[in-house]
Amino acid sequence: MSGAKPFDWRHTPGLSAYTALIFLFFYAPLLILVIYAFNSSRLVTVWAGFSFKWFVAVANNGSIRDAAFNSVIVAIVATIASTAIATAGALALERGRLRFGRSAATALIAMPLVVPEIVVAITTLIFFSGLGMHHGLVNLMIAHTVFCIPFALLPIQARLRDMGGTLEEAGRDLYADEWRLFRRVTLPLLIPAISAGAIMAFVVSLDDFLISMMVSSAGSTTLPVYIYGMMRLGVTPEVNAISTILLAVSIVFVAAALLVGRRNRFA
Amino acid sequence: MIDIQSVSKSFVTRDADPVHALNDVSLEIYDNEFFTLLGPSGCGKTTLLRLIAGFEAPSSGTIRIAGSDVAALPPQKRPVNTVFQSYALFPHMSVAENVAFGLEMQNAPKSLIDERVREALEMVRLEGFATRRPAQLSGGQQQRVAVARALAPKPSVLLLDEPLSALDLKLRKGMQSELKRLQRETGITFVLVTHDQEEALAMSDRIAVMRSGDVLQVGTPRDIYDNPQDRFVADFIGESNLLPGAALGRDPAKTIVVRPEHIVVSPASDGARGHARGAVSAITFLGSDTLYEIVLEEGARLQSRSRGGAALATGDRVVVDWARDAERELAN
Repeated sequence: MSGAKPFDWRHTPGLSAYTALIFLFFYAPLLILVIYAFNSSRLVTVWAGFSFKWFVAVANNGSIRDAAFNSVIVAIVATIASTAIATAGALALERGRLRFGRSAATALIAMPLVVPEIVVAITTLIFFSGLGMHHGLVNLMIAHTVFCIPFALLPIQARLRDMGGTLEEAGRDLYADEWRLFRRVTLPLLIPAISAGAIMAFVVSLDDFLISMMVSSAGSTTLPVYIYGMMRLGVTPEVNAISTILLAVSIVFVAAALLVGRRNRFA
Repeated sequence: MIDIQSVSKSFVTRDADPVHALNDVSLEIYDNEFFTLLGPSGCGKTTLLRLIAGFEAPSSGTIRIAGSDVAALPPQKRPVNTVFQSYALFPHMSVAENVAFGLEMQNAPKSLIDERVREALEMVRLEGFATRRPAQLSGGQQQRVAVARALAPKPSVLLLDEPLSALDLKLRKGMQSELKRLQRETGITFVLVTHDQEEALAMSDRIAVMRSGDVLQVGTPRDIYDNPQDRFVADFIGESNLLPGAALGRDPAKTIVVRPEHIVVSPASDGARGHARGAVSAITFLGSDTLYEIVLEEGARLQSRSRGGAALATGDRVVVDWARDAERELAN
């Protein structure tokens, strides 16, 4: 069979159909959810014409507004705190005097990304009860800050590693002390990575359900937890509407993170 | 200007024994000189440069710059600036901001900074480029910004780490004479690190030839070329024939070093006498010169380079000769 072509995965029969199917599974449910958010019928499965009324209902629902406000406040605080800690941590890991144990420390920081979230959620809950801490939103902020750290740290650490130490050596060579070196050289070069890390942290915090579910109490409900509560009383198009809003916010932030990361690749 | 006394440096590695990058190196670099650290990669030349700049600390020994021991001084406190191999220009700053950086960090007054930036850019012939970003410049231009940035604070010593290695041949030749000119004009001591012996010979007042953490020989380019003290130096600098003493009927514990351009080849039929006899194994025409490869009767090979040259053909039996003062006898 000298005429047989060598195997080439790019020409596998049915590859494009298979790919299309995968995308269908990814996005069809989302699409349906979004479409039915604009359905004027109360029934989730019957289309009865275009309407914004469920968005209006969401806007007028005080409990949803409170939950959304909680979510945003927690996300903002967690983003700022986790990004600051992650920046310091990345600098220590990549530029500090640690000689050994660097990779072990990095692995320990990244661990929460692979530990089952339910385990993190339960241990966080036990931790707070053990300490006797019942501060509602503050508990949530602390918990969110902690699990956001690895998301913020990874891009910053990667950027520091890509940069290498030469630019900072050049700064020192040109008489910059540590503080001015950081402010004039390191920080400006890290800003894109810090922004990307912060946006990731914000989105992760905003979307979190399991940990918030465990840690939140009456009065400190976040939006995903509140939506879950609504679902148990039956799926109404209001849920579609609020989910659509959450989805849109997440897409905007993730796209922003990607763009910031791409635009600022110097040289 | 720089006094290096018995400096050693070893690096601790995770698994193996420590790596000895420098073994008890002593060197003196004079005021206003263009000094070159020359050697193959891994010889310790860059490590020595980094010790002078203060990026690394010596394991033992002392380094004095302008008379004072710099052991306790971090890089930002040393009167030394570096031109990095990768240029290391700050990508988020304009050319002028890059050049101004060192003076700003020294808290120089604004008027002085502006004047020095203009001067430095003039010196490297980049007057019109002050507002550009490094990414908008060619490699050669970035190189010159790096030189201007390092010269603007008027350091006592300028360190250059393989500054020309990323440039193409033509630009490199141009930059060689530019750097030489800048050194003469500024009177600043330049310390250049390179693995390119031609570059070292062309630019330096003095050269230190290094290998595996040792300085083998220090001298002027002519001195090093004409009087190599070591087989490695003879071989590394220019072209050399390293002939075993036995091949010439001499002390077998010695190696005889002769440059190809000093070897005269004549047909054996002429009846000439010389140091050895052999046969032509290859002839390479190099334009102005011709290169003959000769296999001696004792088996050693040598190269002779001559202008025009006798009409020889491959396989011809020849006599090779050279003036006694053109050879160096070195221990094996």
